[in-house]
Amino acid sequence: MRVLIAGISSPVGRHVAEILVRHHHEVVGVDRRPWPDARPEIRVHPVDIRKRQAEEVFRTFRPEVVIHMATVTHLERSTHERYRINLHGTRSVFDACARHGAERAVFVGRHTLYGAAPDAPLYHREDSPPMASTTFPELADLVAADLYASQALWRQPALDTVVLRIVYQLGPTSVGTLPSYLRGPRVPTVLGFDPLFQFMHERDMARAVAQAATHPGLRGVFNVAGPRPMPLSDLIRGVGRRRVPVPEPVLGGLLGRFGLPRLPRGAIEHLKHPVVVDDAAFREATGFSAHYDGPETMEAFARAHPV
Amino acid sequence: MLRTASRVRERVDRLEIPFDAQGLDPFGIRKKDLIRSYTVLHALYRHYFTVGVHGIEHVPPRGRAMLVGNHSGGWAVDALMVMAACFFEMEPPRLVQSMADKFLGAMPFVSHLTARTGHLVGLPENAVHLLERDRLLMVFPEGARGTAKLYWERNSLLDFGTGFLRLALQTGTPIIPFGFLGGGDAIPTVVNLVRLGKRLGVPYVPVTPWGLAVPRPARLSVRFGTPLRFEGTGNEEDGWVLRRVEQVRDAVRDLMDRGEARS
Repeated sequence: MRVLIAGISSPVGRHVAEILVRHHHEVVGVDRRPWPDARPEIRVHPVDIRKRQAEEVFRTFRPEVVIHMATVTHLERSTHERYRINLHGTRSVFDACARHGAERAVFVGRHTLYGAAPDAPLYHREDSPPMASTTFPELADLVAADLYASQALWRQPALDTVVLRIVYQLGPTSVGTLPSYLRGPRVPTVLGFDPLFQFMHERDMARAVAQAATHPGLRGVFNVAGPRPMPLSDLIRGVGRRRVPVPEPVLGGLLGRFGLPRLPRGAIEHLKHPVVVDDAAFREATGFSAHYDGPETMEAFARAHPV
Repeated sequence: MLRTASRVRERVDRLEIPFDAQGLDPFGIRKKDLIRSYTVLHALYRHYFTVGVHGIEHVPPRGRAMLVGNHSGGWAVDALMVMAACFFEMEPPRLVQSMADKFLGAMPFVSHLTARTGHLVGLPENAVHLLERDRLLMVFPEGARGTAKLYWERNSLLDFGTGFLRLALQTGTPIIPFGFLGGGDAIPTVVNLVRLGKRLGVPYVPVTPWGLAVPRPARLSVRFGTPLRFEGTGNEEDGWVLRRVEQVRDAVRDLMDRGEARS
């Protein structure tokens, strides 16, 4: 199949491309960031997905499958820019899919859209309302992008849309929400709280995306997860870091100082309460199961990022 | 205490909960935390209070089930003793998972402890998820108003909500009624401070003749009744559901009365 990947130069994007090429699919990427040592059969166009040049890639390559993983988080960009990249970028991808006859679009989203709250169910199924924007305004653009992509299921019935809500990625690379939070030697937590965290190895995440792109007849919204959720304290210990529990009123002022990571205020809710998803629907529809368990995933991160 | 801890550990190992190699279950229950908290519970259950347990054979040894009873005492003494009874009297031991009040999840330390020992926030989604995995759920359909009973109301029984019965119907779960007595003697509430409670993030603060709601070593009793099974979908009309709720409530009332006649 001809597969176009928007955001191919991210670590997970590269894994997805490699997996697809290994399975004899034809892969073309669109990304403003370069991928210098990409294998020759993977062409990467250094263009912005919202621009005319990207449309030209659709026109000439005529992809059957489009994987959209060119979204950014508050860790990388300002609010205004995030809306342009995440929401408008998603719109551009779905518009291009409609105009150029793509058969399937895969939107790679995040499980944090369900939001963390003391009165939320522990396991979120796909029909759980996305509450993240109420407590964590920095996630609102991603919530909007996810819902916009989900709308395509009825707006573009001819297109098989697959929306993935994937748990935190962890592994050798250092980009992403969870790796940036865990990078320093000391990891701040909220005193008296130890929420369950759910994460998966970046290679498993790439396998899940590749499977969503190629599994026959797949369409719909799916949670994607790997190992069982584990308490944050176990995770911090597992990657060889030291936990620094701080009373909540003090924590806001400490973030970004004394070698502690920078986090927006809304992120504190995610350090108090769990965001855990039920991934039964995806596993049943595709037969997916993660290769890496929790300890292996944590070790992969710890080895690549010694304290 | 050490001997107790190793005996508790042995019972925790025999729980039919799918723990992984790290001693963690999919709901975040951790063996280590169970051992700690049930060691403390053991002291309360065996030494501090005098607890009479009747009809424990009515609690099914495995498979989904819902324990439904009355509230007795200004805070969760009743729930703790029912948990202890199922853990220390049953063979193999069973873990009772309660549906916790929403405010508990927002409290530091408390939320941590309840999460690690299997008590999820009382939401229908959580209840269904647990029952579908054949867990033993404990529900107090009187709600938080039930623990707010004053000393002279201690053996009263308030109206039941209907949510638990719809969940039981939806998931095909048998209901095991129980009557709990003595909580009001352990914690004889004379007044509930609602405004102070609001400032502390709890519904109210119970006050006893000696001030704080520290329970005295009273005689407690819990009496389990024969399982009640109802056929349905959980989508029936309120009136139909209410009649079955009343059957459960009558069973609880009856178990409380039988306990009172004994003492």
